Amino acid sequence: MTTPAPSEGVALEGAAPAQWRDLRRFTPARVALGRVGNGLPTDAHLAFQAAHAAARDAVHAALDIPALLADLRNAGLAASVVRSACPDRPTYLLRPDLGRSLGDGSELPAAPGCLALLLCDGLSATAVQRHAPALLAHLAGRLERLGPIMVAAQGRVALGDAVGESLGAEAVLVLIGERPGLTAPDSLGAYLTWRPRRGRTDAERNCVSNIRPDGLPPAQAADKLLWLIGRMRALRLTGVALKDEQPPPAQEHLDQDRLISVVST
Amino acid sequence: MPYHHTIAGTRYAFPDLKTLLARATPARSGDQLADIAAGSASERVAAQMALADLPLRTLLDEPVIPYEDDDVTRLILDGHDTVAFAPIASLTVGGFRDVLLAEGTPETLADLRPGLTPEMAAAVSKIMRLQDLVAVAAKCRVTTAFRNTIGLPGRLSVRLQPNHPVDDPRGVAAATLDGLLMGAGDAVIGVNPATDSVATTTTLLHMLDTVRDRYGIPTQTCVLAHVTTTLRCIAAGAPVDLVFQSIGGTEATNRAFGVTLPLLHEARDAALSLRRGTAGQNVMYFETGQGSALSAGAHHGVDQQTIEARAYAVARAFQPLLVNTVVGFIGPEYLYDGKQIIRAGLEDHFCGKLLGLPMGVDVCYTNHAEADQDDMDALLTLLGVAGVTYVMGVPGADDVMLSYQSTSFHDALYLRGVLGLRPAPEFEAWLDRMGLAAATPERIPMQLSPALVGLA
Repeated sequence: MTTPAPSEGVALEGAAPAQWRDLRRFTPARVALGRVGNGLPTDAHLAFQAAHAAARDAVHAALDIPALLADLRNAGLAASVVRSACPDRPTYLLRPDLGRSLGDGSELPAAPGCLALLLCDGLSATAVQRHAPALLAHLAGRLERLGPIMVAAQGRVALGDAVGESLGAEAVLVLIGERPGLTAPDSLGAYLTWRPRRGRTDAERNCVSNIRPDGLPPAQAADKLLWLIGRMRALRLTGVALKDEQPPPAQEHLDQDRLISVVST
Repeated sequence: MPYHHTIAGTRYAFPDLKTLLARATPARSGDQLADIAAGSASERVAAQMALADLPLRTLLDEPVIPYEDDDVTRLILDGHDTVAFAPIASLTVGGFRDVLLAEGTPETLADLRPGLTPEMAAAVSKIMRLQDLVAVAAKCRVTTAFRNTIGLPGRLSVRLQPNHPVDDPRGVAAATLDGLLMGAGDAVIGVNPATDSVATTTTLLHMLDTVRDRYGIPTQTCVLAHVTTTLRCIAAGAPVDLVFQSIGGTEATNRAFGVTLPLLHEARDAALSLRRGTAGQNVMYFETGQGSALSAGAHHGVDQQTIEARAYAVARAFQPLLVNTVVGFIGPEYLYDGKQIIRAGLEDHFCGKLLGLPMGVDVCYTNHAEADQDDMDALLTLLGVAGVTYVMGVPGADDVMLSYQSTSFHDALYLRGVLGLRPAPEFEAWLDRMGLAAATPERIPMQLSPALVGLA
């Protein structure tokens, strides 16, 4: 986005906006970009191209599973790898059904009654790679009946249903890369599903989205998830009937309060 | 086998009409995902040849979804006007294409509308190239009105889409002012709320109405909440100009959207009862898009483009002010790349216009589709030539709430500029009064002072 030189100055906070560029302080949208004829000024055009490139690279980035396992180990967590039925990224983008299914040979141990954890690349391996270990470092030690932690490449949210059903889990929490926007290519989403089994719909899950340091920071996301997990176990359900009524902390970040999921489930 | 065609000694057979339509559809990932697409390029052309020989009347006699099973089919067939259909009743689909290209005029095409079904529009589109879709759509005239007049020849309107990640009214107001300074907003100033609640929607409705009133803009505003939310806002006395709803081409798709045809009638009656329109009484705003039926498991084995055209039969029953397909929003499993998005956008615009709708297009893509700004420029320019009623205007083309890329205020200015198109006349006069007709001033004009709308 175009940023005015310091000498031009954006109107001071509190002063009435008079210049077009003063609108920038009210919204993260790309307002007051300027005009060259009817087109975008060069710097605004190239800033957009750079943001799109970062998003595209995140969509096509491969999940570095050994590095992720090492990061989890450093956080004191052991994880194992499962495979989705989807072989590669082009297939992933065209066949959502394969990303929701377990691949052949994925033998899972029985872990009845646990809360299973699944980490998936989703549409941004970058997000999982960067933020999932930090989130789990804040969360895992505070969870009761924590079951196995699984990692899967080319996975969608509903892969958690297949994993949870195979384990006999009480619930599954899926941490997955959200579809990258131009603002951030590395937003992590967390999906909580009670009694996971194949065929669950999105209306039967709860979602905490936009987890990243500049969005909902991992520590706050962990608090929110811990609260949701507690409510889930009390009500024995997830989905639209489980409202997020967590009392807001002092500096509640609102960015996760979105109706529209940006994960391709 | 009822339908078949032989090419170079190979006989291709199609067991029923919906299969024929699906196999004849230009390639797209959604039909492949549904496992109904042609298996080869030759099979596709064979299906197109068989479709070209199909009498139009067959599309009336053999509904792709049974009459008993689906209220959209009943809406289509019960409302069909045989008198309007008479001039084309003896034609095949191929003959219909020729007539549209050779003989169609704005007047004859308007007279045909009550005699056309979505399946006829979809079928003929499948044997048309992009230039055919452009040429025929450019001959269709559809005009609607609320506080201004939309769809007049030589005009291009813009929906100003000032979304904000957490519905901050000041953020929405700032993005709205940004768009107004760049000549956008004559189709509607319409916000997608991040949270679909009566409280949020009411707050935004009052804010948008304040902006419109303080600046004296001859346009309409809308918060694109679910129809049931808007109904509750109306009951509570909120200033609702237009009722918005996403709709689809089957009863089960609409059920997945949480709507029924009677509910839409109730909403239209409620909006009409407010009598807020000054230039006209078109009070509905619909969005559609190929793939929604398959996504909801409600496609009945029918290809996504034919289902999309059926959504336009739903729309036209409610005399909407605006309809737009959100063509690239759904993702690559339905429309894989720029080529598929471009084709789908022009098909949807053509079918909507042929059926008499004030058709706009959200020229857009997501970051997991194989598409970029160049693809959007191509589709936008083609749609401008085709006479698209309106396009979206999003600050810098980047929707910071919905996380996708649409067209920008700049893009709309580009299209108006290269094609000599002008805004809706009432809005154009307002831009002139505000001193915004020629360029965007660095200093915001006094009469558009941000302080008037709570920005200080």
